[in-house]
Amino acid sequence: MEENLELEPAEPITGLRMNRRDFLKSTGSGIFLYFTIGDLPFLQEEVQGPRRRPSLPTDFNAFLKIGEDGRVSCYTGKIEMGQGPITSLAQELAEELDVPLDAVEMVMGDTDLCPWDMGTFGSMTTRIFGPALRNAGAQARQVLLELASENLNVPVSNLTAEKGVVFDRTSNMRRVSYGQLTKGKRIERHLTKPAVTKKPSEFKVIGKPTLRRDAKAKVTGSAKYSGDIQLPGMVYARLLRPPAHGAKLLDVDLSEAKKVEGVQIIHEGDFIAVLHKYPDVAEMALSKIKAKFDKPASGINDSTIFDHLLKVAPEGRVVASGGDLKEGKRAATFIVKETYLDGYKAHAPMEPHTAVVNIEGGKATVWASTQTPFGAKDEVAKELGIKPENVRVIPPFVGGGFGGKSANLQVIEAARCAKLTGKPVQVAWSRREEFFYDTFRPAAVIKIESGTTEGGKISFWEYHVYFAGERGSAQFYDIPHHSTLAHNSSWVGAQGSHPFATGPWRAPGNNTNTFARECHIDVMAAKAGIDPLEFRRRNLADQKMNLVLQAAADKFGWKPAKAPSGRGYGVACGIDAGTYVAAIAEVEVDKSTGGVKVKRVVCAQDMGLVINPEGATIQMEGCITMGLGYALREDIRFKDGEILDLNFDTYEIPRFSWVPQIETVILDRKDDAPQGGGEPAIVVMGAVIGNAIYDAVGVRLNRMPMSPERIKEALKRG
Amino acid sequence: MEEKVQFKLNGKETAVTVDSDRMLLWVLRTDLGLTGTKYGCGISQCGACTVLVNNEAVRSCMTPVKDVRDKDVVTIEGLDGNGKLHPLQKAFMESDALQCGYCTPGMIMNAYALLRKNPHPSPADIVLEMEGNLCRCGAHKRIIQAIQKAAVEIGGGS
Repeated sequence: MEENLELEPAEPITGLRMNRRDFLKSTGSGIFLYFTIGDLPFLQEEVQGPRRRPSLPTDFNAFLKIGEDGRVSCYTGKIEMGQGPITSLAQELAEELDVPLDAVEMVMGDTDLCPWDMGTFGSMTTRIFGPALRNAGAQARQVLLELASENLNVPVSNLTAEKGVVFDRTSNMRRVSYGQLTKGKRIERHLTKPAVTKKPSEFKVIGKPTLRRDAKAKVTGSAKYSGDIQLPGMVYARLLRPPAHGAKLLDVDLSEAKKVEGVQIIHEGDFIAVLHKYPDVAEMALSKIKAKFDKPASGINDSTIFDHLLKVAPEGRVVASGGDLKEGKRAATFIVKETYLDGYKAHAPMEPHTAVVNIEGGKATVWASTQTPFGAKDEVAKELGIKPENVRVIPPFVGGGFGGKSANLQVIEAARCAKLTGKPVQVAWSRREEFFYDTFRPAAVIKIESGTTEGGKISFWEYHVYFAGERGSAQFYDIPHHSTLAHNSSWVGAQGSHPFATGPWRAPGNNTNTFARECHIDVMAAKAGIDPLEFRRRNLADQKMNLVLQAAADKFGWKPAKAPSGRGYGVACGIDAGTYVAAIAEVEVDKSTGGVKVKRVVCAQDMGLVINPEGATIQMEGCITMGLGYALREDIRFKDGEILDLNFDTYEIPRFSWVPQIETVILDRKDDAPQGGGEPAIVVMGAVIGNAIYDAVGVRLNRMPMSPERIKEALKRG
Repeated sequence: MEEKVQFKLNGKETAVTVDSDRMLLWVLRTDLGLTGTKYGCGISQCGACTVLVNNEAVRSCMTPVKDVRDKDVVTIEGLDGNGKLHPLQKAFMESDALQCGYCTPGMIMNAYALLRKNPHPSPADIVLEMEGNLCRCGAHKRIIQAIQKAAVEIGGGS
């Protein structure tokens, strides 16, 4: 661990102004490995909406470079927003190349330097980019062995590599370093076929718990985020915003704002921006603008939204089906029918959306907090009316994304201001803007009807999900007669559904689907008088899930009892991004206030091969902690397009006092392909808490968040 | 009103001539180029902008520059001495007590003031004092561990 602490972080190359040709010129000799994204497997489920490319990109970019100094640069289109690829991807490359971890520098998300990438979302870094990177590393190692063979006059079969040095196994004296091999040479290879990657038994770096490589920069304040980019002559733009979604600007008076010294104002139709060399002065000037808006009255608010959504819901799309529901109903000894609701949630990353755009000589350079730098590149090109190759997007460190920074409105705003003023412009959203323009996790409705036979076997399952998105809706229990339909299968709503923008929110769709499914399973277990964990076992043919549940139960020390037992124990499981997850929670409910204290959460996960167990554990802890928020408190209140929660004073996210004792278990599955890590553990948080609340006090909350008011109300109803 | 305000910043005498009603956060970040201090909410609700003023943790987003006149201001950039990391910085690294890192400077500055007031904090003391600092990534558990670890290294912790 010590060596990692001393490590200098890979500095993002923010200061540079280079195009690709300059880059290739300046990088001189070395070994370059290229690949096309077309070689990578695509996960169709992840590719939704406008990001889908009409055709595969034809541009090539270096995947990795081994320099004369033996340093390795690893180029990835992925960005670092806290989820840890700056460490885990470097581990993967170091492993396959046989170089020390600290010899690897990560270059992330720079659209001029890095291979095209759809975006950092969907837990795809480790399960899709990772294997491709390992292939490249293995191939590069092979190239180096061949070069060494010529250099040392030793057959490749006698050579091996360690810590960036190739040596003859039979005579340790014959050795040559990677740096010596690449000196004066420029070798470009294009990946054509998979190389032989290492077996788990050969791993030295993969699977070793490794501390974050960016920690030093982040604890000293030297880590740069988009808002920290300051260019000569740069101005900060603050934009006039409507009071509600759908509001129209009727009249505006800029005269007072214009009087502020040093201020520049852009007024193009509804687009009004105030620019100043200090952001707070721009803000002050903005507050002097007098504007009248026409606010629409849709009558839709956070109470009526569910009826509205059901009214406008499209026909269902079959996600999964089997058997015959009628037959299943006949076989059932009892039937339960429930409706589950979930309100809008904000992403609320600590860093609001920010972008800096500089246009010089017809070319734009963009620094942006974005999960989709290549998407932002195309959007900026379109906004400016220039070719995409004349736009370079550089994402510095991103201060949290959770899906919300897949949308790049702030980048377009900065580009527009930069074009109109001819100056470098920074647009950094205020917290109010961050809440107002968030692409919220959608409000959603789920209806489930199901039945159970004698002996606690589920005989049928009819599932309708409205607007959550279909990810995580296909149930994995062994049910003979079942049907799952998604009405609006994306988290983006059809026209006329949501009153504002919605989008992917960490494990999109799955949080809401798992809440409904796992609560409903417990409703049946309770009605059948069977311990909820035992009830799940009886209905799970999937051995993988059974083992994950068992691991959680063992760690927790689960003792069977039918709910409500008064102990406040809950269980839930789910699958997300290929990872199987099970959680058990213990809660305490204050009946007088309705407040819930989550005391302990045990979470077990089968995520296949784990690259960095430390990073994976942190992601699980983060998921559990963040998940407390949507389960217990987070809910966007709104009225007629007006967002009522615009800051952390009323929109409550988890705090230190909420955090339970957290225990994590990751199953050892080195021989399996790696699966997602940044999202899965959050999906179980709604149900595990809901089920624990029921076990504690015997009331069931079918609507998230399970706020103190709602719990008190449910207790009153009994 | 534009006026000259003098204060000590990270140990160095500093003077700025500014509208002294402007908030310290923006003067630090833009006028003085110290971008380690972050904006998170603008209304003292998240703690990302926390700095020390006379060793007290202060939300710089709501502190007018005139309020720090002749005072001692320390930001995250001034915490390490002669290139040597402060025990809190080291402990945050060793405990992996951060993810995106955006709240980290504010967390560390708040924890610094906490340890000055209470060198022997219990986990409950830490929770109480850190309650106003928000982290969206969910690093809380490790931040508590890091503060405890730093307390031990500084020599006060139990």
